[in-house]
Amino acid sequence: MAGPMNEAPLVEMRALTKHFGRPPMLVHAVENVSFSVNRGEVVGLVGESGSGKSTIGRLILRAIDVTSGSIVFDGTPIEAMSQRALRPLRRRMQMVFQDPYASLNPRLRVSDIIGEAIDAHGLARGAARAARIAELLNIVGLEAGHAGRFPHEFSGGQRQRIGIARALAVEPDLIIADEPVSALDVSVQAQVLNLLQDLRLRFGMAMLFISHDLDVIRLICDRIVVLYLGRIMEIGPAESVCGSPAHPYTQALLAAVPRPDPDRPRIRRMLHGEIPSPLSPPSGCVFRTRCPYALEACASAVPPLRDLGDGRVIACVRDDIEFDVPV
Amino acid sequence: MALAQAPLLEIDQLEVEFRTETGPIVPVRGVSLRVDAGRTTALVGESGSGKSVTSLAIMGLLPRPFGRVLAGSIRFSRRNGEVVDLATVPPRGMRAFRGSEIAMIFQEPMTSLNPVLTIGEQIAEQVRLHLRLGREAAKSRAVDMLGLVEIPDARRRADEYPHQMSGGMRQRVMIALAMSCSPRLLIADEPTTALDVTIQAEILALIDRLRRENDMGVLFITHNLGVVAEIADVVTVMYAGEVVETAGVRDLFHHPRHPYTRALISCLPEHALRGEDGRRVVQAIPGSVAGSLDAPGCKFAPRCVHAVDACQAAHPQLDAVEPTHFVRCDRWRAL
Ligand SMILES: Nc1ncnc2c1ncn2[C@@H]1O[C@H](COP(=O)(O)OP(=O)(O)OP(=O)(O)O)[C@@H](O)[C@H]1O
Ligand SMILES: Nc1ncnc2c1ncn2[C@@H]1O[C@H](COP(=O)(O)OP(=O)(O)O)[C@@H](O)[C@H]1O
Ligand code: SF4
Ligand SMILES: [Mg+2]
Ligand SMILES: [Mg+2]
Repeated sequence: MAGPMNEAPLVEMRALTKHFGRPPMLVHAVENVSFSVNRGEVVGLVGESGSGKSTIGRLILRAIDVTSGSIVFDGTPIEAMSQRALRPLRRRMQMVFQDPYASLNPRLRVSDIIGEAIDAHGLARGAARAARIAELLNIVGLEAGHAGRFPHEFSGGQRQRIGIARALAVEPDLIIADEPVSALDVSVQAQVLNLLQDLRLRFGMAMLFISHDLDVIRLICDRIVVLYLGRIMEIGPAESVCGSPAHPYTQALLAAVPRPDPDRPRIRRMLHGEIPSPLSPPSGCVFRTRCPYALEACASAVPPLRDLGDGRVIACVRDDIEFDVPV
Repeated sequence: MALAQAPLLEIDQLEVEFRTETGPIVPVRGVSLRVDAGRTTALVGESGSGKSVTSLAIMGLLPRPFGRVLAGSIRFSRRNGEVVDLATVPPRGMRAFRGSEIAMIFQEPMTSLNPVLTIGEQIAEQVRLHLRLGREAAKSRAVDMLGLVEIPDARRRADEYPHQMSGGMRQRVMIALAMSCSPRLLIADEPTTALDVTIQAEILALIDRLRRENDMGVLFITHNLGVVAEIADVVTVMYAGEVVETAGVRDLFHHPRHPYTRALISCLPEHALRGEDGRRVVQAIPGSVAGSLDAPGCKFAPRCVHAVDACQAAHPQLDAVEPTHFVRCDRWRAL
């Protein structure tokens, strides 16, 4: 993990909560979520669809307002800051999106897509601007000569590189990458994962890496935050969470990932039933309706986050579970 | 094998052409594969490799008048023992097969379900069409079908509309619709790609159970090698419109012969190599499929680390490594 332990985190969420709509259609998208991202650290947010991953990303970027809780960026609470006051901070956080097709303006040339970010923060002009664009294209593995082309002239992986160049243009401290490789074929996904790791080594920025793919998360992240129905189930170092999950949900999620190994016992179905509606999440532990280890007590109170040492925290009342299914 | 049973489905040298504004394209130009009764053949390949076009050709659903089978055969063994070449069956004639002997499910069930009918009504309608059942009998058969695909509380859920259900439940409904006429062949085109992994695991188990219980052949299309290892007996790998390798599932993962198959397995995140600088380097395949379509020799040559000059010139044929293992690479013996 990057950064000495006494250094304040780059961004810290405290009891972050986001509800959409109003009763009876109140969606509990994010509920009482606390975690931090240190300088230079890559933290993974993993969970199934609707677990609140993207919402957390948008809350940090202040694209949407919090319902309650706080977000502290580099020592400054930003959850209530005006958009105007946010401007200088905006430059320090950049977003990379899932869909390399939808996230680039089809009418702009690559030079303008990247140039927009440079202009917005007045970082370079004229020849310096052109040189910077060429440099950025180079950094992400594209030819500088491609600056005059339009997005449709590139493949999915190349478009994702353009999106990354745009994010890098302002030298951010934090990149929030929301499913950045999910739309790509595995062979191209591999190229982009390598690129992201290179950039991190080279520039040392922190990253909040959002994905539903545990293999990708395990590969690229230092720490992982596992979400289910808007709540944190487990936090810990990537290797220990994936190697020996402590929460029943993490265990089930890992067991469900199909492995490219034909000798492994086939089709281990662990979980039954549907993911409950975020309109009426279960009482107590939100995972209890699908948890094979649930007790009556699990319905009565929300399990508090419990520290397991070794940097690990879980939200489960049981400490007597021996997982018998190999991951 | 003497007196081997005719395969349920056998595709030989299939070529499909589309007429487009910019001239004709041939997105499928060398597909040979087979599916046996009671077994699952997985068709894998990256986006645009021609998997879905192949499945549409089998179903006689190529968009008319722009798409057509240019060459090759699609032999299918009917329930009555007759073997027909689906490539030569006229569109009207295909109705005798679709839904009764061959059924298909897709990635996005919502687009194939009728939003204004309850799911019970939709299944009952299908059943009445094929089995000539009365109204009441069809309705109760529909509820049975929902039970068969493990939809809890089937009697009540039969009265729900598609939009009231989750993606996983809708896919179960699609499977119920497909199964309602006991097809001999099920074509599943990425049926779990849009689903969460915990739901995917359940749907894979369901399809596998139905295959076993009904001795049904399954052509399972996916780009996910994990899913392949989980569900396939036989694997056929496509690249740029061609089959490049076919093998039994263990053989394919343990002894892949084609450089593309090898690269595809190696580039998975879980096969990443730990670098000295702490990076975990994924063994990416350089370039993209875009440069491959017009390659005159081996389509994979522009991206292949083993390519020699001859690979760019001559177009390789599918070669038998073993009676059940085929590879389209002229260098497989040397690698
Ligand atoms: N109706 C059509 N007209 C013209 N070209 C088409 C048509 N349908 C498909 N194609 C082209 O045929 C090729 C193969 O497409 P296909 O849909 O079979 O790919 P696929 O392997 O199923 O990919 P994916 O994994 O993205 O589903 C692509 O280049 C596609 O653009
Ligand atoms: N603008 C919105 N209005 C209403 N509900 C929303 C909105 N955005 C997200 N949600 C809901 O919040 C929950 C979390 O969504 P999201 O953060 O997108 O999940 P994820 O990214 O993990 O798939 C879901 O139930 C989703 O439907
Ligand atoms: S608190 Fe109870 S229901 Fe929740 S994960 Fe733990 S055992 Fe399962
Ligand atoms: Mg999302
Ligand atoms: Mg397809």
